[in-house]
Amino acid sequence: MSKDEIRALVLRELQRIAPEADIERLDPDSDVRDELDIDSMDLLRFVTALNAELGVSVPESDYRRIVTVRGCTEYLAEKLGQLAGAGPCAGR
Amino acid sequence: MAEFLMPSLGADMEAGTLVKWRRAAGDRVERDDVIAEVETEKGIVEVEVFSSGIIERLLVEPGQRVPVGTPMAILREERGAATSPAEAARTPPSPPPAAAAAPAAPAAAPPPSPVQGPRVSPRGRRRAQELGVDLAQVHGSGPDSVIEAADVERAATAAAAPKDAAARMRRAIAAAMARSKREAPHFYLGTTIDVGAALTWIERENAARSVTARILPTALLLKAAALSLREVPELNARWEGDEAPPSPRIHLGVAVSLRGGGLVAPALHDADRMPLGDLMAALKDLVQRARAGTLRSSEMSDPTITVTSLGERGVETVFPVIFPPQVAIVGFGKIAERPWVTGGHLAPRPLVNATLAADHRVTDGHRAAAYLTSIDALLQRPEEL
Repeated sequence: MSKDEIRALVLRELQRIAPEADIERLDPDSDVRDELDIDSMDLLRFVTALNAELGVSVPESDYRRIVTVRGCTEYLAEKLGQLAGAGPCAGR
Repeated sequence: MAEFLMPSLGADMEAGTLVKWRRAAGDRVERDDVIAEVETEKGIVEVEVFSSGIIERLLVEPGQRVPVGTPMAILREERGAATSPAEAARTPPSPPPAAAAAPAAPAAAPPPSPVQGPRVSPRGRRRAQELGVDLAQVHGSGPDSVIEAADVERAATAAAAPKDAAARMRRAIAAAMARSKREAPHFYLGTTIDVGAALTWIERENAARSVTARILPTALLLKAAALSLREVPELNARWEGDEAPPSPRIHLGVAVSLRGGGLVAPALHDADRMPLGDLMAALKDLVQRARAGTLRSSEMSDPTITVTSLGERGVETVFPVIFPPQVAIVGFGKIAERPWVTGGHLAPRPLVNATLAADHRVTDGHRAAAYLTSIDALLQRPEEL
């Protein structure tokens, strides 16, 4: 899965949590908890969705790495690469 | 035969609009089946039926706005389907509030009148003419439900209010909170609780759980708040007339902020009896449905106490207002590391401020203090929650 595809998935799941938000205009480096008014219950729902979609289980200690779109995309790419045992994902 | 009535889904509800029927005339329904969707000031609610039988007749059309207590359908009950005492407690809707209902939307047909034409005081009739209020839409609060001038004035105010959902919700919250502050003499207590043991336990527990089964600290706080009500049951009550008998079951109202603004506080039923994992699953489901607008009527009408947590908004201490007719509300602030002295040593510890607002007509500071002390003690033994 490319980083573009991962990013699209991340945005799609965030949109489900915050349907009223203009997700495409979200600053990729801003904290989604502040930008989208996401609380711990929303974050757990987000992590659960990522697990269901990608098979990546994000431990609580890594939550700080997934609270921006860019950080989350990088993190998931890294984890998927580890799962595949094939190094970093393709794409930008 | 039994009447299926427009339920009261909170002390602030005066009327509701039928959005749609989920069942048709002639359908068999079982107790707890959702048979209608009703729009209230707090969003759309799925309304359950509290007895089993056959729907004989539907009396209200989608789009109609009718006062609380209005018959919406006739149900032919099955023989031997008498309700148990516990069910009976849920069956009758709360008495309709004294305030009048807002008139139906212009496009809606007039709802069937539950009474044989309104009885109106002379002054009430005069005010209705002056304000252009349709008396058929006004609920009387006088003796024998006679419509008084004040009822007409309330109806006129309600009709003039903004109709968009957020504004209506704000109006409902305003009415409930103003009533609470007017009628319930609040007193407040607070304590700081070391949640180090609780957080350590959660961290260890979550490491062994799947993502879907993870527990949030909120679940622990809610369970401790629920269990402590067994020690101080007078806080788990609803004000009725001039007394507040303790409720036999503990239904925690959980304050949930909505994305469009406003909040609801639906019930986590029997929160004291649920294992922590089940409570967490029920909480996740409740929050998601509250935000999606698919709560059930029993969840709106059953809370016996409310818990509000504003810690995630960075707030350290909450001073909440009791949601009537409940007699207490618990507030939790942010869990944060702060200096704390334990065994004569100063150390950083994760702390949370717990507050309680209670109705002084029902209890006093001594008992309320015992409640907060119990929450503290339970959070020191998280494995027992």
